Amino acid sequence: MTISPQEDVIRCEGIWKIFGQKSQKAMEAIRCEGLSKKDIRERFDCVVGVQDATFSVRRGEIFCIMGLSGSGKSTLIRHINRLIEPTAGAVIIEGQNVNAMNPRDLRALRAQRIGMVFQNMALMPHRTVRENVAFALEVRGLPEDKRNAVAAQAIEAVDLTGWEKKYPDELSGGMQQRVGLARAIAADPTILLMDEPFSALDPLIRKQLQTKFMELSAELHKTTLFITHDLDEAIRIGDRIAIMKDGVLVQIGTPEQIVTEPADDYVAEFVGGISKLDLVTAARIMQPLAQYNQSHGAGDVTAWPVAGPGDKLNTLVDLAVGSEHPILIKADGAAVGVVTRRALLRGIQGREDQSQPQAEAV
Amino acid sequence: MDKTFDWLNPFASIDLGIGEWADGIKGWAMANRSVIQPLKGFFDGVIARIEGALQAVPPVIMLLLLVLIAWQAAGRRVAVLVFCCLVVLGLLDPMAWSLAMTTLAIVISSVLLCVMIGLPLGILAGKSDRFELGVRPVLDTMQTIPAFVYLVPVVMMIGIGNVSGVIVTIIFALPPLVRLTSLGIRSVNPSVVEAARAFGATPRQILFKVELPLATPTILAGLNQTIMLSLSMVVIASMISVKGLGNEVLRAMGRLDAGKAIVGGLGIVMLAIVLDRITQGLGRSGRQRGHRHWWQTGPVGLVAALLQKRN
Repeated sequence: MTISPQEDVIRCEGIWKIFGQKSQKAMEAIRCEGLSKKDIRERFDCVVGVQDATFSVRRGEIFCIMGLSGSGKSTLIRHINRLIEPTAGAVIIEGQNVNAMNPRDLRALRAQRIGMVFQNMALMPHRTVRENVAFALEVRGLPEDKRNAVAAQAIEAVDLTGWEKKYPDELSGGMQQRVGLARAIAADPTILLMDEPFSALDPLIRKQLQTKFMELSAELHKTTLFITHDLDEAIRIGDRIAIMKDGVLVQIGTPEQIVTEPADDYVAEFVGGISKLDLVTAARIMQPLAQYNQSHGAGDVTAWPVAGPGDKLNTLVDLAVGSEHPILIKADGAAVGVVTRRALLRGIQGREDQSQPQAEAV
Repeated sequence: MDKTFDWLNPFASIDLGIGEWADGIKGWAMANRSVIQPLKGFFDGVIARIEGALQAVPPVIMLLLLVLIAWQAAGRRVAVLVFCCLVVLGLLDPMAWSLAMTTLAIVISSVLLCVMIGLPLGILAGKSDRFELGVRPVLDTMQTIPAFVYLVPVVMMIGIGNVSGVIVTIIFALPPLVRLTSLGIRSVNPSVVEAARAFGATPRQILFKVELPLATPTILAGLNQTIMLSLSMVVIASMISVKGLGNEVLRAMGRLDAGKAIVGGLGIVMLAIVLDRITQGLGRSGRQRGHRHWWQTGPVGLVAALLQKRN
């Protein structure tokens, strides 16, 4: 079997999780009668944690799930390695249904193919850094010298060489989470599950670890499911982002899609404060050349600065600062559109320029 | 039933005969003695061997051994305290040391059995709410029911002697170990257990590699309590012909000999302090010990360091 880059490694199909004694009955009631969450709480004393979550993560992709606390994102990620059983729906990993596995296969899956990092680190306080990192290998029964060698590599990858014999409580928070990261990658899994890994750290350390993680991720090409409550982090790290609210995946898309085409008011409110400079491309705010010529008349464009449709607003601002003219957008050598100063400013604001019909994305 | 039934005090005129019925237990116990005897013989042998070993060691060697154990387990200051207590114990009376060893043998036997019974029960109770719910009233009963109540049935069934002494001691001393083992298992950080699951550990591996190591300080606190309670039973156990320091106190009471009672009583106290400090030292967590392994501290650490220097 050849592995195409587009292959889905994780596929979640209609995951429902209802907490409570009568969760199965509540599930049936939702199916048959379409009850709301409030009805479910009143009639069955059950809480809906995750509501019909369907998504897939492609090989090598970093998929972020962003939501506030209580939105069900940590519950959702625990379905991937079946730490939580879904009330309905299925998780498929590389074509295998995780929910149909027997305990033995499930443990093998967890030990060999999935690494997980936790918000509260969850390191074992009675074990040294090395023993923590080698845990997944130890439960698989690898001999000690072999797992120490593998652990040494993982520890080196997170720049903790020399700390192998220390205990977790002798390390700072940032270092502890690096141990958590090393533990997750030690068994060389295909999938990384990151449950708000950097949320408990202070901003500077968080940024450092994000950078470290992105370096590692570029190097190791792990398929990653990344949970965060920080949209900036999601945009910085994620290839695609899913926004989660009250157990529902509200929108799934690339960072640019999320920021420029929010699916509803909730997402719009979220992305309102996000800087568009490094996200929005010229293609999104430009006016087609023909349309511009119609309103302004065809002029001499030779003096105009030139940018590509994929250039970000930041680049366009640099160009606009050095010239009086609008910016000409050229794709494959042919001029396709124009970004006026007005459109650029509106683009930075995140609003559409009202004076002209918005251009279709190329 | 009484003819004049008093509605205001109905209990005085109703007799269900529970006392007589329960006395039947005694008859049943006596009838079944033959089943118990081989078992009794086995345990008697074990206790006798432990006592024989303890008595065979010359007191000075034994004293040094206990001091070294205390140093290893709990540090230098406790070792000094243990040394003082043991010297006081020995000086109390020419026979005190030998009596203390007999008592120690009974305590060791009881505690060993308590661990063998209590640890699995505690783990079960820590894992299952249902089991915990069921076992709790039993533990309450064991701890609060006066020892004299079960003294007689046990003697009827097993006869007087060390084995009966050990059994009544277990009944009294077992509960804290079960309770604290359960508490220890329950208070292990659930996120650490979840992490172990997430990395593919089996339930068995989770128990032995995560839960038990993390619960150890609590379990050792339970063991400490169990040891203390079994020491406090030695006087009562001496009523069913268990020898040792407790017997001295009992005999002194019979003769109103306050001096002898004080000697026996102080001996028990000294033994208690020694055992308490040693087991408390065991229960300290790794961090409190400065993250050193046990073989890096105490006399063993000293010897190891000396050997290393020579190489």
